[in-house]
Amino acid sequence: MAELKEIASQVRRDIVRMVHGVSSGHPGGSLGCTDYFTALFFRVMKHNPEFNMDATGEDVFVLSNGHISPVYYSTLARAGYFDIKELSTFRKIDSRLQGHPATHEHLPGIRMAAGSLGQGMSVAIGMALTKKLNGEDTTVFSLHGDGELDEGQNWEAIMFAAHKKVDNLIATIDWNGQQIDGPTAKVMNLGDLPAKFLAFGWEVIVLEKGNDVEEIVATLEKAKTFKGKGKPVVILMRTVMGSGVDFMEGSHEWHGVAPNDEQLKKALEQLPETLGDY
Amino acid sequence: MLKDIKVTGQKDTRSGFGDGILEAGRKNSNVVALTADLAGSLKLGAFIKEFPERYIQVGIAEANMISMAAGMTIGGKIPFTTTFANFSTGRVYDQIRQSVAYSGKNVKICASHAGVTLGEDGATHQILEDIGMMKMLPGMTVIVPCDYSQTKAATLAIADYQGPVYLRFGRPVWPIFTSELPFEIGKAQVFSEGADVSIFACGHLVWKAIEAGIILEEKGISVEVINIHTIKPLDTEAVLNSIRKTKCVVTAEEHNVLGGLGDSIAQVAARHFPVPIEYVGTNDTFGESGTPAQLLKKYGLEATNIVEAAEKVIARKKAQ
Repeated sequence: MAELKEIASQVRRDIVRMVHGVSSGHPGGSLGCTDYFTALFFRVMKHNPEFNMDATGEDVFVLSNGHISPVYYSTLARAGYFDIKELSTFRKIDSRLQGHPATHEHLPGIRMAAGSLGQGMSVAIGMALTKKLNGEDTTVFSLHGDGELDEGQNWEAIMFAAHKKVDNLIATIDWNGQQIDGPTAKVMNLGDLPAKFLAFGWEVIVLEKGNDVEEIVATLEKAKTFKGKGKPVVILMRTVMGSGVDFMEGSHEWHGVAPNDEQLKKALEQLPETLGDY
Repeated sequence: MLKDIKVTGQKDTRSGFGDGILEAGRKNSNVVALTADLAGSLKLGAFIKEFPERYIQVGIAEANMISMAAGMTIGGKIPFTTTFANFSTGRVYDQIRQSVAYSGKNVKICASHAGVTLGEDGATHQILEDIGMMKMLPGMTVIVPCDYSQTKAATLAIADYQGPVYLRFGRPVWPIFTSELPFEIGKAQVFSEGADVSIFACGHLVWKAIEAGIILEEKGISVEVINIHTIKPLDTEAVLNSIRKTKCVVTAEEHNVLGGLGDSIAQVAARHFPVPIEYVGTNDTFGESGTPAQLLKKYGLEATNIVEAAEKVIARKKAQ
């Protein structure tokens, strides 16, 4: 698995450099989910960087918490969807790499705009329904923030997916316990999250090591074994916000703040350049 | 002459939608129907019976319905979402904005029970702001057909059109008078040519405009009645051709005058050919309970209101 770790290190470098380059963006959640993206795009998911919007015959990924766009863009570029040089345009005028992911500028790899929270679960279910109607044996993967679960639409979607036995969907919750205004426990307590999903009729997998890429691969593969068994699957993935950069780790303070020059230098010292910077 | 327009029957426009989606479903296996617990009200019965696997009941969860519909387009489905106009727009504006309009998805938002003619349910259900909300969304096509036949034709047309559409129709039984007429998205329909005043109407108020036109013709006033069934993209050429001739305008719609058809027409006039305009519509108000006929009268949406507006605007033109 050394290769995946190398990719993750480069993706983390991309994230902090992109956010630094425009002095805005969301490094915390991006770093926290880097290992998930790496596992998904470089090992688990069957996908084609020769992008086609309809995703015919391939697995598909939906990002709901669109503010972690840096990790999404870096992963897509590193997976071959577009040139890594384009990462330098992140959040700048005339860029395809909008602050939050969008289809409007036709960036390969993006199938739905995300940013206004709480919509991705429904979108992912819609894609899963179409895949079933089209007779495809493929999987829809989706990623959601934990704070995002405050949005009621999620629970409409969660209820629907169980009722309609949407069993070709593997949703993952980035369970980092942080949201903009502070810890989720203080802002809006999620309570017993596994019990909530269980009560709604989902297959629930708790992944305690959400920043261990090997564990993530194993967990996603395990989730796939539940496909076609009548229940949607959720992975409740414990991650550390800001993972990989010591001074960013575990705090909501780096949710939407870019590092300055000195902080960038400190961050990059912790992240080996494995695949070449953009 | 307007009085020669043939009424071939009486039906609700929502039934035109129900019959239209059945036919669209037969023509294209990618057509799917979603509803938020209002399959009966939206006349989906025949579609459900014939295509049970292409019908998705989502329960009373409109936000989920809209975003799911957007997701379903990935892989080629053409989702038609169905609920009342209020719950099709205001309740789910952000879902439509992000997942449908901004993402450019091929979703057809089909909305019944629009306007005051919903009747007794009252203002919570009588949306009068939906045309404005939908037409402001970049890339959204907005269609407000005027009778059963046109609603059916529009339903078939939007199935063949690629891109997001808002289709607005209603509940009351209404005269059918377009069964012989072709329907084309974005192409205004001229019911009479005239020289004194242009009346632009949409939805149920097209019939009221025709009734008003007959009264005006009897008074010796030459009226141009034009059905703007597509609010967006607006048939600017048809609007300008008419107002260059008549040099004054009445607009008529079952909608707030703020943000509706009238505003769209006024913008064309202001930019290209300024003329006096009078608006028939609701005036920055909510509706209330009552029969459709009582409400049309109370909120000034009758043929007589259009006649008064026409006489007023002609007088304003002459006074210039």
